Amino acid sequence: MAESIKDRVAIIGMGCTNFGELWDKSAGDLMVEAAYEAFEDAGIEPKDVQAAWVGTCHEFSGMAGLGLSVPLRLQYKPVTRVENLCATGSDALRNACYAVAAGIYDIALALGCEKLKDSGFSGLGGAMVGGTNVRPSMTAPGAFAMMATKYFARYGLSAEEGKRMLAHIPVKSHHNGSLNPKAHFQREVTLEQVINAPIIAWPLGLFDCCGVSDGSAAAIVVRAEDAKHFRPDPVYVKALQICVGPGEGIARTEYDYTHVEETYRAGLAAYAEAGIKNPRQEISMAEVHDCFSITEAVIMEDLQFSPRGRVKEDLEAGTFTLEGDLPIQPDGGLKCFGHPIGASGLRMMYEMYKQLQGKAGPRQIKDPKIGLTHNMGGQPPACTVSCLIVGL
Amino acid sequence: MAGIKSYGAYIPYHRLSRSEFAKAWGGIGLPGERAVASADEDSLTMAVEAAFDCTKGMDGAKLDGLFFATTTSPYKEKQCSTIIASVLDMDKEIRTGDFTTSLRSGTTALRAALDAVRAGPAKNIVVTAADCRIGFPYSTQEQSYGDGAASLLVGDSDIIAEVEDCYSVSDELTDVWRRDSDQFVREWEDRWVIMHGYSKNVSQAVSTIMKRNNLSAKDLAKAVIYGPDPRSHGGLMRRLGFDPQTQVQDTFFNAVGNTGSASALMMLVAALEEAKPGDRLIFSSYGDGADAFLLRVTEQIEKVRDRRGAKTHLASKAMLPSYGKYLVARNLVELPPAAGLRGMGSATVMWRTKNWVLSCHASKCRKCGLVTYPPQRVCYGCQSKDEFDEVNLSREQGKLFTYSLDNLAATGINPPVIQSVVEFEGGARFYCMMTDADPQAVEVNMPLEMTFRKIHEFANFHNYFWKCRPPREIPAEGGK
Repeated sequence: MAESIKDRVAIIGMGCTNFGELWDKSAGDLMVEAAYEAFEDAGIEPKDVQAAWVGTCHEFSGMAGLGLSVPLRLQYKPVTRVENLCATGSDALRNACYAVAAGIYDIALALGCEKLKDSGFSGLGGAMVGGTNVRPSMTAPGAFAMMATKYFARYGLSAEEGKRMLAHIPVKSHHNGSLNPKAHFQREVTLEQVINAPIIAWPLGLFDCCGVSDGSAAAIVVRAEDAKHFRPDPVYVKALQICVGPGEGIARTEYDYTHVEETYRAGLAAYAEAGIKNPRQEISMAEVHDCFSITEAVIMEDLQFSPRGRVKEDLEAGTFTLEGDLPIQPDGGLKCFGHPIGASGLRMMYEMYKQLQGKAGPRQIKDPKIGLTHNMGGQPPACTVSCLIVGL
Repeated sequence: MAGIKSYGAYIPYHRLSRSEFAKAWGGIGLPGERAVASADEDSLTMAVEAAFDCTKGMDGAKLDGLFFATTTSPYKEKQCSTIIASVLDMDKEIRTGDFTTSLRSGTTALRAALDAVRAGPAKNIVVTAADCRIGFPYSTQEQSYGDGAASLLVGDSDIIAEVEDCYSVSDELTDVWRRDSDQFVREWEDRWVIMHGYSKNVSQAVSTIMKRNNLSAKDLAKAVIYGPDPRSHGGLMRRLGFDPQTQVQDTFFNAVGNTGSASALMMLVAALEEAKPGDRLIFSSYGDGADAFLLRVTEQIEKVRDRRGAKTHLASKAMLPSYGKYLVARNLVELPPAAGLRGMGSATVMWRTKNWVLSCHASKCRKCGLVTYPPQRVCYGCQSKDEFDEVNLSREQGKLFTYSLDNLAATGINPPVIQSVVEFEGGARFYCMMTDADPQAVEVNMPLEMTFRKIHEFANFHNYFWKCRPPREIPAEGGK
């Protein structure tokens, strides 16, 4: 009989580098920074780590477990590289949690890292679909912008109305990022700046797109019953869900391009695992995969934070600001951190961890109990989505 | 009796006013405009378009052969007619051939097809000719050449134009040429080229065939005779005794330009579009000699009036705004590399995916009927495994489900890249790029059709794939 992960594993230490265009740092440098902050936070030594999972998506961030064991000089430990597109970091954490919950290891390290700025290109590069010679000219903005076009058409929004609705999302995230010294972008932007920005992929403009950066984040996990031996305020894992779609939206006319089925189902599964009945009421805060403004808008509906087709009302009401009912991206999100792919999931978790411990400084949300992180890889018709829930 | 069963043509969507050459270089532009193939087009893709037009409504499996004629083959070594035949979804047990290096290769292929049908088991052979020759920058040829394609179906039944007689003459002179290393067309002094090349050979071919059929100029409805430029063409027509007002088929010099090996065939297509049953046509092309054909149009001509031919393709167009765009379209300047574009090329991948990459096959589930592109072994709808038939989507009509205008992926002539999700009337969905469209006019639910284009050259061979485009049609009154 399968069991829930709820309250069986805890995070007792985390680390996160500054994110940005870190020309002077290698992937290994970033891994060392994130891991050593986590070791110090947990009060352990590198030699205490019994097993590790490292999440990197691109080959230039390191291949195999060696990508982590070599820079950290881990001494002949089991290390596994995890790759699951944008959910890579979250999946590394998920695997570490399962190994600890299974009783195989007492202390495990999960670390995500990506070195995007060595590619010579400001973007993720064209995705290759399924090993074919053709269809390589798709970019991430081009793919996600198709959701915006369809969302506007389906809900009767003019291009101007639609862009104004979406603009609330980067304005909110940039405000939060302005309060975060680890963020790549720490400046506020206005609605008009967002709406009038140069177009990257119509209808998405520059501020509708997240940045491109380098970064790394890490977590130390132990069994729940051991957690308080390390610190008084561990953060407990409530749900670890991954949902990988069959890609049918590419081919089936039933797919509407205004929702992401994988997000909806990952949310359902995570809520069930964590015992959450009313997400909008019970979730205190969330870091979701805002690679583009339209992505965050649709995620709000897929995770049942907003009713279907009505995220506009919540965006205009400020529901998702730091002071709102359900703060989203309190650290500034992908919007301000950029998206070093393997690192993002653990960077999100770092913010939930600090918020739950009351250590988020000027961004501190009042008395949070439950935090959710969400990653979404691939493109709308074919995604891999993670949905993780943690709490006190 | 072997003859012509159908016709089709293709003229690229984009045209450049010849005044733009004068703007770029100074001097005086020639009159009119020329057709310019887009950066994602070459002679192979244009030949595909003309062949699709020619074989409209026909089953590719019923065609017995395909001959491709061009002086601008995308390959020096490798047959292109096999690629075109795959795109037309023809069977493997067919004859294919590429006829190249001569301006006369279009009619050489036509004559070879007629001979093949007369001689043996072949009943339907597609002849498709295309060219996109490039004149030296700052030359007259840069202005006078145009890009385009034309296609004829040759067979022995349902003939729309009987071929009553053929005549060929071979003549050796180095008048117009490219060495294997040349990008631009070279020509010797034009007075000699016209006098001892074009006029002499075409005169001989046309006169011979008329004489031995006891015909004089007045017996012919139309003279469909290749012309390298209006002056040389007009002079020859006068000397042969044809009335320029009523009997001479336009060369499309002013609207398209000289389309090389496709030129004479495109003129014949235009003549057939206007022809009446019983009309007799003299048809001739030039290049290293000349070919001439005597044709008689039949009642069957009325059955192929729905081709786009020259007429629709001429009317369906957009003007390129500048000479710079011409340079980009014809790959004459090196652009910044496509940012971050990482793709793969693999000959084995191409080979095992040609049923959908080239032939545009989708799978149709035998259990639940779902049509999916590309074909899927496990059905998206009901998950049944290996229970499907292949169906062809290449000529399906669709509409735009959603899109984006992608500046990041933009390369080539028309940034932004129009990322598109097409939905076909039959229910399948196709994720591709849109071409030959004004980005500002793109909207959800607009009608679309598929077109076969060049995508990239990873692994140093040509990778072709399908794009969507607004249907090529004669603009409604008041349209642009």
